[in-house]
Amino acid sequence: MSEAHNPALQHHFDDLDQQYSASNMGMWAFIAQEIMFFGGLFGGYTVYRNIHTDAFVAGSHHLAIGWGAFNTAVLIGSSLTMALAVRAAQLGRKTGTFWWIIATMILGSVFLGVKYIEYSHKYHEALIPTASFLTYGPLAGTISAAAAGPLKIFFSFYFAMTGMHALHMVIGIGIMIYLLPKVWRGTYSAEYYNPIENFGLYWHFVDIVWIFLFPLLYLIGGRI
Amino acid sequence: MSTAVATPGTNGRSINYLNVTYGLRSWLLTLDHKRIGILYLVGVTVFFMLGGIFASMIRLELLTPDGDLVESETYNKLFTMHGVAMIFFFLIPSVPAVLGNMVLPIMIGAKDVAFPRLNLLSWYCYIFGGTMAALAIIMGGIDTGWTFYTPYSSTYSNSFVALALSGVFINGFSSILTGVNFLTTVHKMRAPGMTWFRLPLFIWAQYATSVIMILGTPVVAITLLLVALERLFGIGIFDPKLGGDPILFQHLFWFYSHPAVYIMIVPGFGVISELIACFSRKRIFGYSFVAYSSLAIAVLGFLVWGHHMFTTGQSVYAGMVFSVITFTIAVPTAIKIFNWTATMHKGSISLESPMLYALGFVGLFTIGGLTGLFLSTLGVDVHLHDTYFVVAHFHYVMVGGMVLAFLGGLHFWWPKFMGRMYPEGFAKTSAILIFAGFNLTFFPQFILGYLGMPRRYHVYPDEFQVLNVMSTAGASVLGLGYGLMFGYLIYSLVKGPKAPANPWGAKGLEWEIETPPSPHNFDATPIVDQEAYAYELPDVPIDALRRNPAPRSDQQEEEVVRST
Repeated sequence: MSEAHNPALQHHFDDLDQQYSASNMGMWAFIAQEIMFFGGLFGGYTVYRNIHTDAFVAGSHHLAIGWGAFNTAVLIGSSLTMALAVRAAQLGRKTGTFWWIIATMILGSVFLGVKYIEYSHKYHEALIPTASFLTYGPLAGTISAAAAGPLKIFFSFYFAMTGMHALHMVIGIGIMIYLLPKVWRGTYSAEYYNPIENFGLYWHFVDIVWIFLFPLLYLIGGRI
Repeated sequence: MSTAVATPGTNGRSINYLNVTYGLRSWLLTLDHKRIGILYLVGVTVFFMLGGIFASMIRLELLTPDGDLVESETYNKLFTMHGVAMIFFFLIPSVPAVLGNMVLPIMIGAKDVAFPRLNLLSWYCYIFGGTMAALAIIMGGIDTGWTFYTPYSSTYSNSFVALALSGVFINGFSSILTGVNFLTTVHKMRAPGMTWFRLPLFIWAQYATSVIMILGTPVVAITLLLVALERLFGIGIFDPKLGGDPILFQHLFWFYSHPAVYIMIVPGFGVISELIACFSRKRIFGYSFVAYSSLAIAVLGFLVWGHHMFTTGQSVYAGMVFSVITFTIAVPTAIKIFNWTATMHKGSISLESPMLYALGFVGLFTIGGLTGLFLSTLGVDVHLHDTYFVVAHFHYVMVGGMVLAFLGGLHFWWPKFMGRMYPEGFAKTSAILIFAGFNLTFFPQFILGYLGMPRRYHVYPDEFQVLNVMSTAGASVLGLGYGLMFGYLIYSLVKGPKAPANPWGAKGLEWEIETPPSPHNFDATPIVDQEAYAYELPDVPIDALRRNPAPRSDQQEEEVVRST
């Protein structure tokens, strides 16, 4: 059992295989939890889109398809760089892992930057669903009180869903900042790379959430 | 029976998980699952006492028909805080996080749970969330009911709802992390030879509970977060003025909170299976049925949430479907009850205190379960909804069920983990006091509810007073039982005689290691070649049977036979 001497092996596991499959399974269980977490939001979205279809279509027309599509491409690209980082880690290529994670971080930050631009547009149009919703800006007074209520609900979902997604991106970037020095110091090897792989699973999950968010929020009501 | 050999330490005393290191820091930063279990035990005890104080104030107020002790608003706060403390911070972590953390890894022959750091993090989530909820209580309380129904909680309440919601939200992650941890541990950390069908039934119950924790808790987490955002920023998802639907909140809330009542009872089933097999000296009857019934309850539990909403604006057809599925839950539950009684049949039953709790559980849970069928009947529920009948049903299942299971399990494993015996005479007295006091408290509430006394009011018509006085008197007996138990358990820590490795003559890996367990449970990973309930097999030295490295050769097999 030469593996028993590997410094990465924690004392309560028998061998690295057990440690690897346990941490992998734990990550999948955590992702199941995440699916249910977002599932509550998607469930609420489905109910309200059925009740207030017109308001949801109208709300969707206030969103910038161009930025949304750009961000979708950015995130898919970041999934690719993340997959390449995991592959490099599996092969024990330290430099490759390092730079592919850097690339993933850059793409993630670009996504968040675009999200900031979009959010600030919504702020200037008074589309933030708080007490000041539609009280100022270009849209103030153009929408009847009856239509404003459901429209506010659409934007509640828009901000809750994209905000929760963005929070996951921020956490992901935080984890990458934690991983990078360890990658550089050579903590990971072809025998022990599960933190990178598990983080990859998390990152892909966050991407997939966006793949659902983009059409459900930006593209409804025959916009394309 | 085995005689465990203690590892001598440098000072001649044996090293165990309690004395391996000292100091507050070594506890607050511990990664040892047994110590984390004890940390949880301290936490749930505090919240149980807090919830108990609120319960006593509720019962005192209801002693008389008039509102002479507290005003209606204070009363609203009392029952809300009783519910929040007891459900989110006592019942949900009680068996899974306290007893599960202590025994689950040992039962499957592992040195620890799969993710010790997440385990500690889960305790901090629990304590942090609990502190926020306690802060909301201290700053003036919450008055929405433990269910946080909108629009009470979103629009009309002036109390510290957002703070309490955030506390429950953070506490939810404690549950989720425990679930992820236990699920992975059961899958990946079982000792060689510990096959799925050799697992103790406590593990099956914990496994089913973990599934519910992972799939249910996040839904209520996001729902409560949305209500908190609605209060803090006015986003308005559940606000009917904007076209929002308050009933959607109830759907999302009960989608978790009904499965959550199974988080609060299925681990209790697991404990009872252990107790009844041990104190009947028989292998459990219908092992695989009991095991699968835990999973069946976990799955069906996700499909019945609508039975909380028969009278709150849900379509009759949906109500009928929910009613039928609710009835089917009685099947796996009854399988468990019948199999326990069949286990006791012709068993060699001894009435030690853990067994008294187990017997109390079987009786009280049966009443609680059967009255659940009344409530899942659409027509009857219209009459009984939101009356004391529901309160009595719920307490029969949760207190008569889960609290007795928790106390039974605590008494069962206490000698193993604390290393001390408690005075058995006091333990029996307190078990009987709790059983009697419980029935006197809650049985009259069935009648009150049937006669039409609604829940959540602090005044009631004069004709209900006799039954309410009985209930309050019962609560005093119940409190006496708890107090006595608290007293002798604390006493046993200091003065109790040292516990042997296996005081009950029980089977299972946790009884084969020394008492208290060493920091890593096992010196070498054990190899298991028999099931957890081999009570009818002769006692053979465990070193011959269990710790045998690799599959045995025929020659070794003969040696084992000769040595017995």
